[in-house]
Amino acid sequence: MTQEYRLKKNGYINRNKKISFKFNGKKYFGFEGDTLASALLANGVHLVGRSFKYHRPRGFLGAGVDEPNAKFQLYSKETTEPNIVATEIELVEGLVAKSQNCWPSVNFDFGAINNLLSKIFPAGFYYKTFMWPKNFWYKIYEPIIRRAAGLGIAPMKPDNDRYEHKFEFCDVLVVGSGPSGLAGALAAAKNGARVILAEDKSRFGGSLLNDEVTIGNKKGKDWADETILQLKSMSNVIVKNRSQVFGYYDHNMMVMIERTKDHIEKPTKYTPRQKLWYIRTKETILSTGSIERPLVFGNNDRPGIMLASAAKEYLKTYGVLVGKKPIIFSNNDGAYDLAIEFKKNGIDPLVIDIREKSNSTAVKEAKNLGIDIKFSHAIANTNGYKKVNSATIGKLNKDKTGYENLENVSCDCICVSGNWTPTVHLSSQSGNKLKFQEKIDAFVPEKSKQNESTVGSAKGIFTLKESLEDGFKLGYELSNKITKKNIKSSIPPSNERNQDRHDKFWCMPLPKNKDYKRCVDFQNDVYVSDIELAVREGFRSIEHVKRYTTLGMATDQGKTSNLNGLQLVSNIEKKIIPEVGHTTFRPPYTPITIGAIVGREVGKHYRPTRKSPMHLWHEKNNAVFVDAGLWLRPRYYKQGNETLQDAAKREATNVRNNIGICDVTSLGKIDIKGSDSAEFLNRIYTNAWMKLPVGKARYGVMLREDGIVFDDGTTTRISENHFHMTTTTAQAANVLSHLEYYLQVVWPDLDVNVLSTTEQWAGVALAGPNSRNLLGKLFPNIDVSNEALPFMGFKKGDLFGVPARIFRISFSGELAFEINVESGYGIFMWEKIMELGKEMNIEPYGTEALSTLRIEMGHVAGSEIDGRVIPSDLSLDGMISKKKDFIGKRSLNRQAFVELDREKIVGVVPIDKKTMIPEGSHLVANRNASLPNPKLGHISASCWSVEYNNPFSLAILKDGKKRIGEKLYALSPLKNKSIEVEIVSSHYVDPKGERVRS
Amino acid sequence: MLEIKCPYCGKRSQNEFSYGGDAAVKRPELGKEVSDKEWDNFVYLRKNPRGNHREFWHHVAGCRQWFKVLRDTSTHEIFKTARLDEEL
Ligand SMILES: [Zn+2]
Repeated sequence: MTQEYRLKKNGYINRNKKISFKFNGKKYFGFEGDTLASALLANGVHLVGRSFKYHRPRGFLGAGVDEPNAKFQLYSKETTEPNIVATEIELVEGLVAKSQNCWPSVNFDFGAINNLLSKIFPAGFYYKTFMWPKNFWYKIYEPIIRRAAGLGIAPMKPDNDRYEHKFEFCDVLVVGSGPSGLAGALAAAKNGARVILAEDKSRFGGSLLNDEVTIGNKKGKDWADETILQLKSMSNVIVKNRSQVFGYYDHNMMVMIERTKDHIEKPTKYTPRQKLWYIRTKETILSTGSIERPLVFGNNDRPGIMLASAAKEYLKTYGVLVGKKPIIFSNNDGAYDLAIEFKKNGIDPLVIDIREKSNSTAVKEAKNLGIDIKFSHAIANTNGYKKVNSATIGKLNKDKTGYENLENVSCDCICVSGNWTPTVHLSSQSGNKLKFQEKIDAFVPEKSKQNESTVGSAKGIFTLKESLEDGFKLGYELSNKITKKNIKSSIPPSNERNQDRHDKFWCMPLPKNKDYKRCVDFQNDVYVSDIELAVREGFRSIEHVKRYTTLGMATDQGKTSNLNGLQLVSNIEKKIIPEVGHTTFRPPYTPITIGAIVGREVGKHYRPTRKSPMHLWHEKNNAVFVDAGLWLRPRYYKQGNETLQDAAKREATNVRNNIGICDVTSLGKIDIKGSDSAEFLNRIYTNAWMKLPVGKARYGVMLREDGIVFDDGTTTRISENHFHMTTTTAQAANVLSHLEYYLQVVWPDLDVNVLSTTEQWAGVALAGPNSRNLLGKLFPNIDVSNEALPFMGFKKGDLFGVPARIFRISFSGELAFEINVESGYGIFMWEKIMELGKEMNIEPYGTEALSTLRIEMGHVAGSEIDGRVIPSDLSLDGMISKKKDFIGKRSLNRQAFVELDREKIVGVVPIDKKTMIPEGSHLVANRNASLPNPKLGHISASCWSVEYNNPFSLAILKDGKKRIGEKLYALSPLKNKSIEVEIVSSHYVDPKGERVRS
Repeated sequence: MLEIKCPYCGKRSQNEFSYGGDAAVKRPELGKEVSDKEWDNFVYLRKNPRGNHREFWHHVAGCRQWFKVLRDTSTHEIFKTARLDEEL
């Protein structure tokens, strides 16, 4: 099919490059520079979708971001994407698109039966109908609504496209490249400001692309092109098209989305699809323009009925006629530009003007061209199912409540104009109040809240001359504030058609005894009758009317419908519009992809992977790693076909029988120095620290102010005023912040400095009965006997020339030592230990064996210190100093914390001595009790005890200590398990702690 | 995203900082007798005003200094930032 609605001339498209595409299974052609919308209209395609609720046939209403109807599903080889706006997507070879919200096809849509049933689908239908019976909701109503309400199909595969984030700073950000925006950008740039100019469309110029105006004796479009070239040549200016600034956030942070790929026929593999720009600007010029309002009349939502401004854009920018027998229906002079353009291209339009007369030059010019104009007339109704084919027009009576006569006029399109709505979204998002301007029947920005100023038609200035003056003046003033320079640009003279006043009348009366649907919100399928009903039912606040009727919701956010809805409510309520107010404008102004928001924050989210200096050795020795925060830690070292549990058993057994080595580099390490260090620790930890001798370590527990256990670890006194603190891997960063808070904010008088040294030291734990023997070989010059280096002792050593720190501390409950050397020597230390330990049967062990060892010893870790326990819950009562105060102590008196039956730590063994108890299982008294089964506690950690060769778990159990010996049940509905268990002491192995002191 | 002026480093984006709560709250002195009510006030109760609020922030991904900020909680306007030893 040839493009039979394409004019021979006109438009900024490249007629030398033909592009094929598919829509609803049919192949069409367009030209390079088309949007999908303009290419479809060039082929006479108006029926593009079905309305949301009633499935009424719908066509294009707009030509840009204002388009509410033409949202398509796009298909490519790899994926599919819903809700693509046809007016915004540029035509590329091979594009495949389909209509949404229709089944089986847009021509025959089963859901259209809803239209016949519209009497039972009024405003608030969902709220009224699906309330009862209650149990119908999940099974019947909700699935039906979900199927019916989906606009498009979400892609099922991961998004293969690349999205990027960019951070930028500037002096003046100009949003929109219409006349006032170009003027503002030019004036600011010439005065030395760093300027970013952002234009949503692919072409710069805004209204200058489609208006018959001159600036400086040039066509408006030529002036725009030259200005853009000039701006692009300046090093202090960034000029971006296809870039929508969609959000105005705090402290002048603007967010912009740039479309970088979809319009390119052969993108490279690394071309990002979209870029999200975070722009921190000093000043913003909002030249966001205005959007034409539809007029409201009977069946005003048929395909072929569109905004006059859109029809003009299709004609001027794309060389496309939206029809060959047009009716133009208007309450203002703006639409006469379109009438004149039609006429110049050999088409005879009929103009229906609500006003009695107009003295504008546009109307005079139209009359001179012989265009048929009917003043005081209106369209009452339209006909044609899949495309409009006639209009019922009539002369309005004096008070505009009815028609003096009605006649049918055939047509193939109706272009409507209900005056202009300034685009105030960004201004409102910045925190501005809006004021209602009677002269234009619309809201404009009032006072600035942040550093932003609105210019041009976005603030209700509709003449080119004033817009240019406004832009140049503002661009100079704002840049002068920043650069203090005084370079003024001269304002070029301009020429345009002058305009007369518009008529406030916009909602046409129904002819007698007629009940035509009059659409207000095209995207959400909201009609005059819905709003009337909502007000009748008592919804007064505009925010409530919005939610009840869905007016102005969804992706469209009421771009074409907000004001008409407001006017309607104010008419019914007999209030003026400012009293009704307006709904809140929220970002994003236009829908943006989740991919753009996420950017490169995929997979590991930019987070570094932290590896110990011994990582390569672990890799070479078949370590299976586990994430511990950012760290990768060996979970176990796999031998043959071992399972995780087999390996953990083997490794843990070897620790108990011989000796094991574990990489503990990831433990948090904080260096504490200063003359008040001991006093500081005494305040932070629950136990006493003042008398810790140099060369000794001590176990410490720290609380939050609310008494909950925060972290634990050992801290060693290296010298009088120097301590080495260790924290858990998970809490390392939080503990440092905690210490800094108390030192800087609460006790600035203390002479203490803290510094994270986690990465400065490589650490290993040597654990098992042979560990002292090995230590003696590693440090032949040191006395490592129990007397010289007792439990909780510390010594400095020389590991074959490498300075080392030796701590006699134990997490495994065995005789154990930890050795730290500077990170760079970590691998040397590890290999030396493996070499010398070989004859003692040394084997590495991972975190799984480490857990096994600590669980059966009853040592607590993160799974018990879960933000809900106080020290006594964990049998750490002995750690609480009675003599001194410390952080969180006062909270321990809270009534809830002194209750006798609190949940406390216990051990749990399955009666059958075989079944592993899943972590997270609930402990209950009766396995068959009706749900919810009263929970007595939960399993915090489970292991296979290598000491007793049966499963063992730790649990936090109500009144736990008194239940030792009781039989309970561990239930795990997730794993479908119910296990009979016995409660035992949490210290399952070596309860007296003899081994660590051996 | 707020732009916060660290008194040591200058203006930085909010994502370099973490919030540290009401700066008017003073921890009772260690070792001092405190009534249940006073302690409860200190640990749990905060004013949450609409409008001006003195608060602590921590330049976590920067100089790691805690400092004070005077911020309007409804508009997010920041009037002043100050070191801990300065008046806000
Ligand atoms: Zn800083």
